[in-house]
Amino acid sequence: MSEATIYEKSVSGRAGARLPVCDVPLTPLPQELLRRELDLPEVSELQVVRHFTRLSRRNFSIDTGFYPLGSCTMKYNPRLNEDMARLPGFAALHPRSDEASSQGALELMHRLQGWLAEISGFARVTLMPAAGAQGELAGILMMRRYHERRGDSQRTRILVPDSAHGTNPATVTMAGYQNVELPSDSNGNVDLQALRNVCDETVAGMMITVPSTLGLFDVNIQEIVDAVHGCGGLLYMDGANMNALMGIVKPGELGFDVMHYNLHKTFSTPHGGGGPGCGAVAVNERLAPFLPGPNVEVVSQASGDTPARYGLRMPPQSIGRLKAFHGNFGMHVRAYAYIAFHGAQGIREISRHAVLNANYLRASLQGSYHIPYPRICAHEFVIEGHFEGIDEVHALDISKRLMDYGFHPPTNYFPLIVPEALLIEPTETEDKATLDDFIEAMRRIAREAREDPGLLLSAPRTLDVSRLDEVRAARQLMLCCVPIPDWPAQG
Amino acid sequence: MSYVPHTETERQQMLATIGVSAVEDLFGAVPARNRFPSLDLPEALGELEVQAELLALSEDNDHGQDFAIFRGGGAWQHYIPSALGHMLLRGEFLTAYTPYQPELSQGTLQAIFEYQSMICALTGMDAANASHYDGATSFAEAVSMAVDVGRGRRNKILFSPWINPQYRDVARTYHQGRDLLFRGDESASTLDDLVGQLDNNTAMLAVAYPDFVGHIADFEGLAHKVHEAGALLVLVVNPIALGLLKSPGELGADIVVGEGQPLGIPLSYGGPYVGFFATRSRLVRKIAGRIVGETVDEDGRRAWVMTLRPREQDIRREKASSNICTNQGLMALAAAVYLALMGKQGLRQVAELCWHKAHYAAAQIAALVDYQIITRPPFFHEFALRCPRPVAEINAGLRERGIIGGHDLGAEDPRLRDCMLLAFTELNSRDEIDALIASLRELQTS
Repeated sequence: MSEATIYEKSVSGRAGARLPVCDVPLTPLPQELLRRELDLPEVSELQVVRHFTRLSRRNFSIDTGFYPLGSCTMKYNPRLNEDMARLPGFAALHPRSDEASSQGALELMHRLQGWLAEISGFARVTLMPAAGAQGELAGILMMRRYHERRGDSQRTRILVPDSAHGTNPATVTMAGYQNVELPSDSNGNVDLQALRNVCDETVAGMMITVPSTLGLFDVNIQEIVDAVHGCGGLLYMDGANMNALMGIVKPGELGFDVMHYNLHKTFSTPHGGGGPGCGAVAVNERLAPFLPGPNVEVVSQASGDTPARYGLRMPPQSIGRLKAFHGNFGMHVRAYAYIAFHGAQGIREISRHAVLNANYLRASLQGSYHIPYPRICAHEFVIEGHFEGIDEVHALDISKRLMDYGFHPPTNYFPLIVPEALLIEPTETEDKATLDDFIEAMRRIAREAREDPGLLLSAPRTLDVSRLDEVRAARQLMLCCVPIPDWPAQG
Repeated sequence: MSYVPHTETERQQMLATIGVSAVEDLFGAVPARNRFPSLDLPEALGELEVQAELLALSEDNDHGQDFAIFRGGGAWQHYIPSALGHMLLRGEFLTAYTPYQPELSQGTLQAIFEYQSMICALTGMDAANASHYDGATSFAEAVSMAVDVGRGRRNKILFSPWINPQYRDVARTYHQGRDLLFRGDESASTLDDLVGQLDNNTAMLAVAYPDFVGHIADFEGLAHKVHEAGALLVLVVNPIALGLLKSPGELGADIVVGEGQPLGIPLSYGGPYVGFFATRSRLVRKIAGRIVGETVDEDGRRAWVMTLRPREQDIRREKASSNICTNQGLMALAAAVYLALMGKQGLRQVAELCWHKAHYAAAQIAALVDYQIITRPPFFHEFALRCPRPVAEINAGLRERGIIGGHDLGAEDPRLRDCMLLAFTELNSRDEIDALIASLRELQTS
């Protein structure tokens, strides 16, 4: 059922919240500074609750179904973590609190920094970045600062494989570098010869996702690291896929210089319809002086009955501050609870089962779909969403038809190097029965494509909206409940 | 412990389907010498133990349930209606992904559309995006957009020195790899000084409303001067103050950014918050980040979808103006629910309560001879107070009395040595304010 907008429910003169009566003498308001108009809705509390509850029911979510969305790690979001982030000692703690007033929060952040360093095999961690993309920016700015401090100023280029997330090349540009795209070879690995050909004294570094966005662990990883280091460049690991690696391999031990985590993927903090996240960054000793900050340090060691004291400090040659205060602290609390709950063995089990689930799906879909890289995969894998001789059916149609079967589609049209890509990531928290249901739906869709492709082309048909007119949305811009009189000419 | 549901029987069945005999066999591509490292982490805890550990850590903080808080400076405590938290905990909002598949995401999409609408109403702008990480990063993105609008030919950025110092720091961090000149906040002390630095190389001029020390400056005529120089006027605003004050749209702003935390988001030691970003219709295609627009489905029914997508990094890659992907979607939802619950009357009442509490406190403090309010009137809900002793000492004394005093301004700006920034909201009762005044009096001399 469609839902009217909150503005359409507004009735002049109605009030929702009731605020306290003013308990201090009134001070006249500055009439000349006051606004004339404030066009907010006027609705009751029940109207608001009913409106947003109804809206929520028009969403797919992990809580309501299987979400095999590649590169996004849509695992169960434990409710324990939500309760912990809402403890008054965290939720009602002011970010400008003095150090003496925030020792508990600082200790939590300090432990989490240490745990994330341990899992990644790096020396230091900052919790500052608000998301993976901000972690990437931090990493590349640190590379820039590192080369500058060495007087190595001719390095202007960053290498990025063609399978990379779009944030990688966009980050390169933001940091003032030139993006050099590297081809993949026929096995989905970085084309080693192409890499060696571009490695020279103008290369500041390379960004690489491990395992790759194809869900493959690059068998030449050591050669890649050596080639880039060999020409004086640094290596950034995009850790979006860390759910495949925990307790399996430590990126720091593979020779990477810096990586980011997505706490909202690997460590189960909820995606919230698009955020918030946390893109904690881990670095080796070489880059540690350049970390963004401030970060938590022990400012006085524990001795006898006196506990250690923690404080926020800026690294000596920091690239600077990335956001106000000290990161998305609420996400730090959730990730802390998640790691504390799992322990070392539990953390390793996460990655083992994420990879087991992905390979089970991959093996089960083989035969029904073309799998361009038919080898053991990591936590995700890509299939091609088209069928020989049925030209009208595309990956998008398979995606939309999956909705009719009650599943969220895989990531479609990414990575860009696979035609009609469908990137499938089940995560470790899905049970075998759910995976079997998904396999059955995918097989049925493959049959439908041959026997009755119209079912795919007209999907979804079971939801309260059918496919949307995205062209109209961009041409006849409507970005507000209240129409704007002077919209620009259509572009 | 773990949330992994597999039984041993299921594992064996799955391994058989894959055609390997053990889970370890799935990791052959990882270099053998680095495979399966040890992890030095604490022993796994049960749910009760995790709760106990985190409760203990949380209580090792001085928080708003135990202390009267008079601290702001970029984050402010406000009343959060009970209904708001219940909406955020709806699993269908909490555990959804970015609405790339609109048919399965109409709830998130419509909620963001309504958020955008309410941000436009508040700021008097034409279009808003679906959010940035916080006020500071919204500000940094405003710089990117202004440079983009100037087609890269204008590279001078003018900042008022009275913008939150953290915001100015973040903008400099973001743009350190680019050839931009940041000016104004080091040399200009008045608005006229700042305007005097406008030239045909200037991409934008940014001011705060109210400013970092609470003052509400008169920006009448400012937009005209900025536009005459061909630059954009950027306003950093407090959204609660906009419940009362003239909208940035009325003042002629081109871009409006700010911290959305006061709109129903807990202090939470600095995040997650939400950065709002709004602009004029003619600049809408230059906005970074996600934007939701209205459209229809194949059957003509009204529906919502992310639009102007070709601006974004996943499509435009190295040509995108920002790398932003994940935003603060759930926090934008919080702001939307808050603004709906407060409505036209409620937000005005919150703003008025802030105004009256701050001005009551200021009137009382004026009677304390050793303290001096240095923020010029008019101010909104914050003011800077010069103290007779170092702020750290005063705050230590206040802490013993159950009060979190003002932010120490001298730490960031030597001109403001011994000055604290006091903030007042509807949550500060008269009793709390009276206790603050009495304590300040007691702490006048050491």
